[in-house]
Amino acid sequence: MLRDAALIAGKDLRVELRSQVTTQQVAPFAVLVLILFGVALDPDRGILARASSGLFWVAVLFCALLAIQRAFTIESADGGRDALRLSGLDPAGIFLGKAAAIALQLAALEVVLAVGVVIMYGAEVTGAPLLIATCVAATAGLAAAGTLYGVLAAGLRVRETLLPILLLPVLAPVLIGATKSFEAALGGVASDGWPWCGLLVAFALTYLAVGTLAFGTLMEEPS
Amino acid sequence: MEPVVHLRGAVTLLGRFPALAGIDLDVAAGEIVLLRGPNGAGKTTLLRCCAGLLPVARGRAVVLGHDLTDRGEARELRRQVGLLGHATGLYDELTVADNVRFWGRAAGATDDAVRTAMSSCGVDGRLADLLVARLSAGQRRRTALACLVARRPRLWLLDEPHAGLDQGGRDLLDELARTAVGAGATVLLSSHELDRAEALADRVVTLVGGTTDGNPQPSPAPTPTQEPVLAP
Repeated sequence: MLRDAALIAGKDLRVELRSQVTTQQVAPFAVLVLILFGVALDPDRGILARASSGLFWVAVLFCALLAIQRAFTIESADGGRDALRLSGLDPAGIFLGKAAAIALQLAALEVVLAVGVVIMYGAEVTGAPLLIATCVAATAGLAAAGTLYGVLAAGLRVRETLLPILLLPVLAPVLIGATKSFEAALGGVASDGWPWCGLLVAFALTYLAVGTLAFGTLMEEPS
Repeated sequence: MEPVVHLRGAVTLLGRFPALAGIDLDVAAGEIVLLRGPNGAGKTTLLRCCAGLLPVARGRAVVLGHDLTDRGEARELRRQVGLLGHATGLYDELTVADNVRFWGRAAGATDDAVRTAMSSCGVDGRLADLLVARLSAGQRRRTALACLVARRPRLWLLDEPHAGLDQGGRDLLDELARTAVGAGATVLLSSHELDRAEALADRVVTLVGGTTDGNPQPSPAPTPTQEPVLAP
């Protein structure tokens, strides 16, 4: 399973390296979202600094939708989905590989967004360990849930519009937990954030487990 | 000896529509069987069924010893078959070599086997480093064929395999199919290019309206089974 996961993750990351979609489209989009939030909330640095946690994770969520859409668009072109089903790869390995590739892309985008939030919104980091733990747990949860719903929507004709509708409510706990945890890490009391980080870990583990078990069934065509 | 493909009254539904409405077919190991019939006769559906991609709703369907009415067994079957269909399953953003290496490794092929497959399909050299998005239709088909060869399937399922290939590509495809059969594989193909396909096939089965009604059922010829090994 892990060999298959590594194979899929390597392939997806190579596709992204060659196509440069993440660096040339998604990352600029993420920065643009931060700028628009800044403009919308007026250059009142006080409000921006206080809202920076929520704005950061909303931007991450938007980027995650793009990354997930992209991860399954490359599989739906030219019979890729059938080819994957015929490949003999373990479906759990495919799930973990795709989730890992999405998570790595999101992690890179989060670094860009974090720098943007510090520079543009004047956010102050007071709890770096909590910040990093939150990013790791939330990213794993976003990637796992996104991969699970991504394959669900990929078999449908209206997948581009359906995926956000399906996925955003599911990801609400990640948005809430990560925002609360970030608030504690950005100028708050770090100990207040760890329970929220625990929630994110539980979310990620749940979706990783469900995805590992259910991905094979979801890849099949409805009979 | 048990046939590689054994179908009796096999029915497959696409929605509520019976795309296969009772197929009787036996294919022995080492045979090359051509499916012919008008558009919509069920050739592609039958090939996808034999690949384990579509469920068989009724009847008996056993391919390489796997009962296709059982979803779990159908999934097990897939790693032993190679399907070259209208879609190629290639990633446009990857090079030819990346694609063949990925699909080969997915099936457990070594780097040597991947190189041999690329060489035997004429997609080595400069072509190997080209992005698939920049290939012509014929080069795409050759690359997809290389992916199939690298996987070393026991059952080749070829859906209109000659389409998009030039004369050299068609000759190459026929030669690779014969080589695979010589090494113990079995080939089931559909084609509208009947002259060429009939010359390649040992036997022709006609599909009409999702059935094989009217075809005599041959008794499968016993042939020794062995692991397919493809020479370059």
